[in-house]
Amino acid sequence: MEPLDQDLEEGELEMPADPMMLNMGPSHPAMHGTVRIVVELSGETITKADVQIGYLHRGFEKMCERGNWNQCYPCVDRLNYVSPMLNNVGFSLAVEKMLGVTVPERTQYYRVALGELARICDHLTCNGAMAMELGAFTPFLWYVRAREMIWDIFEEETGARVTHSFGRVGGMAKPPTAYFKDVVRATIPRVLAVLTESEGLLLKNRIFLDRLENVGKVSKEVALDLGWTGPTLRSTGVPYDVRRAHPYLVYDRFEFDIPVGTTGDNFDRFMCRQEEIRQSARILEQCLDQMPDDGPINIDDPRVVLPPKEEVYSTIEGTIQHFKIVMEGIKVPAGEVYSYTEGGNGELGFYLVSDGSGTPHRVRIRPPCFAITQALERMIVGAMIPDIVPTFGSLNMIGGECDH
Amino acid sequence: MSTDTENTPWMKPRSGDFTTKKVERPTRDFEVQSYLPAVTKGLVQTMGAFFKNTKEMILGQKKDPVIESLSWGITTISYPEEKRPYTDRFRGLHRLTIRDDGSPRCVACLCCSTACPAQCIHIEAGEYSEGDPRRGYERYPAKFVIDELRCIFCGFCVEACPCDAIRMDTGLHAVPYDSREQFIYGKDLLMGMTGRDGSRLTENPRHEPGDPDHPGIDRERAH
Repeated sequence: MEPLDQDLEEGELEMPADPMMLNMGPSHPAMHGTVRIVVELSGETITKADVQIGYLHRGFEKMCERGNWNQCYPCVDRLNYVSPMLNNVGFSLAVEKMLGVTVPERTQYYRVALGELARICDHLTCNGAMAMELGAFTPFLWYVRAREMIWDIFEEETGARVTHSFGRVGGMAKPPTAYFKDVVRATIPRVLAVLTESEGLLLKNRIFLDRLENVGKVSKEVALDLGWTGPTLRSTGVPYDVRRAHPYLVYDRFEFDIPVGTTGDNFDRFMCRQEEIRQSARILEQCLDQMPDDGPINIDDPRVVLPPKEEVYSTIEGTIQHFKIVMEGIKVPAGEVYSYTEGGNGELGFYLVSDGSGTPHRVRIRPPCFAITQALERMIVGAMIPDIVPTFGSLNMIGGECDH
Repeated sequence: MSTDTENTPWMKPRSGDFTTKKVERPTRDFEVQSYLPAVTKGLVQTMGAFFKNTKEMILGQKKDPVIESLSWGITTISYPEEKRPYTDRFRGLHRLTIRDDGSPRCVACLCCSTACPAQCIHIEAGEYSEGDPRRGYERYPAKFVIDELRCIFCGFCVEACPCDAIRMDTGLHAVPYDSREQFIYGKDLLMGMTGRDGSRLTENPRHEPGDPDHPGIDRERAH
């Protein structure tokens, strides 16, 4: 047999010089939430990238204009489906800002507690999925196991694991269960233990570190220019947290640190999220200690909140009030409002316009990951194909939220 | 509605000082760079869990996935042999409560179908026949249909019901059927469902004319 290379000229051994186009997604295991990235490759280096979003567009804003204000909650649930409770809280605050009402103290604590639990879920999912995409499957399973514990709490409280639909304008759908504090106090140490144990598997692992460290770097200035918020912005070193900069609910009563990174690479984003879970646990601890055990959950305003069921069953006033709210919706005064809270990914804003009827005139959301995703293109150009996966994973793009 | 915005949850003053915490950077010491010690440690950790779980499974010491859900170890639930109990607030399939005489408690006020964000409830109201003591006071649902495929289980219908006629406390989840038609639940099926305590009766204390325990005051016989 002849040697294979005998007849080959030197030139034939070279790779073709044409750039190669490659589609990543929309249905790709690493492209969570259906996004498509068209990359132009030279060898394995990316020379051009085109990030295309919109594959999960469901017309959420238009859907909200159909019903009354409370009927937006199921739609809001499905925005960032990893932390639905934070969306519920954000939307409730926005409508209440327009109404000019303040929910009772107990509800404020309750919202903080549920919101922080949802934030832990969000970060656990993001970091777990990111590790899994880099081949570390065990930490992912452990993280999801920890998330399951929190979702069990949510199921106890709200009646559904993910689609809670639990917020209401002027309060919550139901008061906290009698054992809420005990369950949370028992669960949080378990979650933190899982976190520590998973870190033991990841943070000394050279394969994991090599793929995160100094990959997908973003500077402070660029991040601010692009409108980044949340853990991704903090990883570049900007200590901006809505909970601290513009405290809402009762966040000004808690002590917690803002985790900041130094370089703004994937590793910093990973570690910021890890640290934020610990800070959320701190907030939860203080929140549960301060939360009153009894007291009203809803505001005392018959124009906003449904009357108690006993009144509806037995008195004509209660029945009429009930029918007015169900049939006509809450009459939110005409005007517009922008309300912002700290969501799982960053500043979750709601811009609402009311024309004074019971139906929202316009519901506009400012999804945090919309601004974050726009940076992906410049982050991956010049990098290699395998770098897309951790970079995209660390941005925590959620399709339901990003595509409105 | 108050106009005092001083102490509202969204107008709090900007907090002056806050503490930041720098996150750690990876340590690139010999242990990490040489790769093997760290990987061995990781393997010890995972294999420890593996052997412990295997031992528990073989010896039948598997943790109860519900009661001991916070403990380490396998918490897989072998559905459908094992089932997870649903919580008290769980929103399951709907049911229509009934009165003592077996008629539906629903008065066809259309509150639930209005409140439904998925528009999955269809009600056709019927008028009681001439001579019925309830005629003129309330109507009844001639048709009450819930499309369980469209339903998003938000629980708004239960909240909107003014007479405790619809509930979601059956503790059942929607099961897969062969065809779409089977997901369209009619009035009879919904009335046949029982709550988790086995009850089908309504808890609404209001008594309408025609009920045996009604005090007897109505339009014809006023006070």
